Amino acid sequence: MRQVAIYGKGGIGKSTTTQNLNAGLAAMGKKIMIVGCDPKADSTRLILGGLAQQTVLDTLREEGDDVELDLVLKAGFSGIRCVESGGPEPGVGCAGRGIITSINLLERLGAYEEDLDYVFYDVLGDVVCGGFAMPIREGKAKEIYIVASGEMMALYAANNIAKGITKYANTGGVRLGGIICNSRKVDGEAELVEAFAKELGSQMIHFVPRDNMVQRAEIHKQTVIEFDPESTQAGEYRSLANKIDGNEMFVIPKPLSQERLESLLMEHGLMDI
Amino acid sequence: MNEREKILDKYSAKVFKNRKDHVVQFDNAGMPKEIAANSRSIPGLMSNRGCCYAGCKGVVLGPLRDVVVLTHGPIGCGFYSWGTRRNKAKSEDGKSYIQYCFSTDMQEADIVFGGEKKLRQAIEEAMELFNPSCIMICSTCPVGLIGDDINAVATWAEEKFNIKCVAYSCEGYKGVSQSAGHHIANNGLMKSIIGTGDAPLTKKYSVNILGEYNIGGDGWETERLLEKIGYEVVSIFTGDGSYEAIKNAHTANLNLVQCHRSINYIAEMMKTKYGIDWFKVNFIGIDETIRSLREIAAYFNDPTLIANTEKVIAEELEEVAEAREYYKEKLHGKTAAVFVGGSRSHHYQMLLADFGMKTIIAGYEFAHRDDYEGLEVRPNVKVDADSRNIEELTITPDDKYYHLSIDKERFDALKLTTELEYYKGMFKDMGDGTIAIDDFNHYETEKLLELFHPNIFYSGIKDKYMIQKSGTPSRQMHSYDYSGPYAGFKGAIKFASDTYMSLFTPAWQYITPPWRMQPTLEGKVGGAD
Repeated sequence: MRQVAIYGKGGIGKSTTTQNLNAGLAAMGKKIMIVGCDPKADSTRLILGGLAQQTVLDTLREEGDDVELDLVLKAGFSGIRCVESGGPEPGVGCAGRGIITSINLLERLGAYEEDLDYVFYDVLGDVVCGGFAMPIREGKAKEIYIVASGEMMALYAANNIAKGITKYANTGGVRLGGIICNSRKVDGEAELVEAFAKELGSQMIHFVPRDNMVQRAEIHKQTVIEFDPESTQAGEYRSLANKIDGNEMFVIPKPLSQERLESLLMEHGLMDI
Repeated sequence: MNEREKILDKYSAKVFKNRKDHVVQFDNAGMPKEIAANSRSIPGLMSNRGCCYAGCKGVVLGPLRDVVVLTHGPIGCGFYSWGTRRNKAKSEDGKSYIQYCFSTDMQEADIVFGGEKKLRQAIEEAMELFNPSCIMICSTCPVGLIGDDINAVATWAEEKFNIKCVAYSCEGYKGVSQSAGHHIANNGLMKSIIGTGDAPLTKKYSVNILGEYNIGGDGWETERLLEKIGYEVVSIFTGDGSYEAIKNAHTANLNLVQCHRSINYIAEMMKTKYGIDWFKVNFIGIDETIRSLREIAAYFNDPTLIANTEKVIAEELEEVAEAREYYKEKLHGKTAAVFVGGSRSHHYQMLLADFGMKTIIAGYEFAHRDDYEGLEVRPNVKVDADSRNIEELTITPDDKYYHLSIDKERFDALKLTTELEYYKGMFKDMGDGTIAIDDFNHYETEKLLELFHPNIFYSGIKDKYMIQKSGTPSRQMHSYDYSGPYAGFKGAIKFASDTYMSLFTPAWQYITPPWRMQPTLEGKVGGAD
């Protein structure tokens, strides 16, 4: 069982990319579980065809400790199992603690079945506190992919996440598998992200071009692979799935210093824009 | 090497660098002594300190009898601060909640989703069961981390139930010790309670007793003496105190400060806002009680009051004269160590002196430099980041209630001869060769026993049995070992009797401390190899 965590700046397209990637893996015959680690609980919408999911934490709150797995685990497109950890509404409580509680509960309930090929954690935004690092602590996710684009703030965030990975790499054994570039159609984007990934000691595992097909599929609450399997974009996600399935490059990243990151952006002309 | 150096000798360079300024030995050179205080404890040293929540809820707010003091947090903090301070209370109308423990008992889901809902429920429940006129919410660590808006809940409770509800952000991690919690509690009382009542005074001369928590009934004994002389005690902060009384505190003529460390903020703020002068009094010890009573009478300067004071002193002295002589004869010359609080190690030295006992070791858990060195040191105290995190209220004179009891000339004259608006600190009463330690720990305590062999060691539950196992009698000054009161004339006798009992119990014959078996000094006979 490969446990994979997807991180990246808020709004970069983590959930969309993760779900399309998973649809691609499922099409290859892989058995997958997605654990959404975002209080908004929208990490599995495209797989389930809408927000039909009761979250682990809501269930825990309502049912007490007497929680059955089938209450919180739903199968969607191609049999992909979906769990949303959920969390408090914005501005109250502690979402980070929520993720820890939720993952512990899933383990106790036996959600991590032997026959799974992949478990994917789709984690909210940046690693702001210990709770959001839960999926890469204690030997859970061993692989991390960072979703980024050629925009400056996306790379800043990716570099920060790389710092977080370094911290847990020695204790939890987590490794960076690569950067997924989710294109924003910035000039020289592929080259910049490629160069950034190299500096980290990693790779740009795939360049996902920008295509309105993704938005069309989202409106229909579907992944591209389900909505239009013949489209070029579906092919891109299948290609990403193939690369991840065959990936053998797992590294402890070497985060860039602030100065180096800025000069890298400068070299690629980003500062001129 | 003197004793201080011997204690510090064991420490690593890093620990030594920190602790050396917290340990002071007095010599006859007459040098002014400085001490480091109110700074972070070193992790790993077994400190006797408490946390910010302990200072706010446990010390200052807990004793208020008609207030539901609600601990917002997981159950541990509420449970372990329940009934541990022996601050007694009784109430004529039956409205005393002192025997209860109120907590929101937060669970994991409350941490994740926020605890405000449960806090509201707890307040509703308390209103239904007890219908108090005042509720105080005390935050524990997790509440500060998840950011529950306890002030909003307090406002909601005031509107919904038409009560007084005050929220205190006294999370345990704030500050360096319980001292931060005292300050936060003082601020809350000053901001929200004092000055909200207008009950008329019944007597000409009225006082508040500040920093008297009625441990073992001390506050009752002090109140008895003051009322016998003819004063009206408007309120007591906070031993057997009440919301109903302290909201009128601003109407009093004079504030009497017993425990300086935990309540000086209120005394100073009330002076600015209401013009009320304060005295540093001490009702622990016979001579100190007499000094305090005389200074208060001198302040009001009324011949009848002064005569009454002398009459009461004479009566009380006569009542205890025989017992005092008896215990003085038994206890004279004994040596003591006193480690407690942020003011009390000073108070008890004076009581011990009444019976001819000498304090050779003293220290505070959470005092600031002024409690050691006197108020004059304040301008030299460096305020560090830990203290800056605690709010300092800006106080201005109150339009309606500002009133001066005496004019400036008399104030200045009195200030020269009494402890009017002045605390001299502990150091001035300590003699040559004695040692003072700030934020003492178990290792230092063991070392002190070994080096000084005090006859008795006054401290608390955290080290009492460690001390007794090493062969030295120890008495708890937080709970009085279920005895007391120790305040005033009769209290002094009770204290002497308890001390006598501890020292002379036959139990000591049954243990042999290590120094009876091993030589403490080794040497050679002159000339021999």
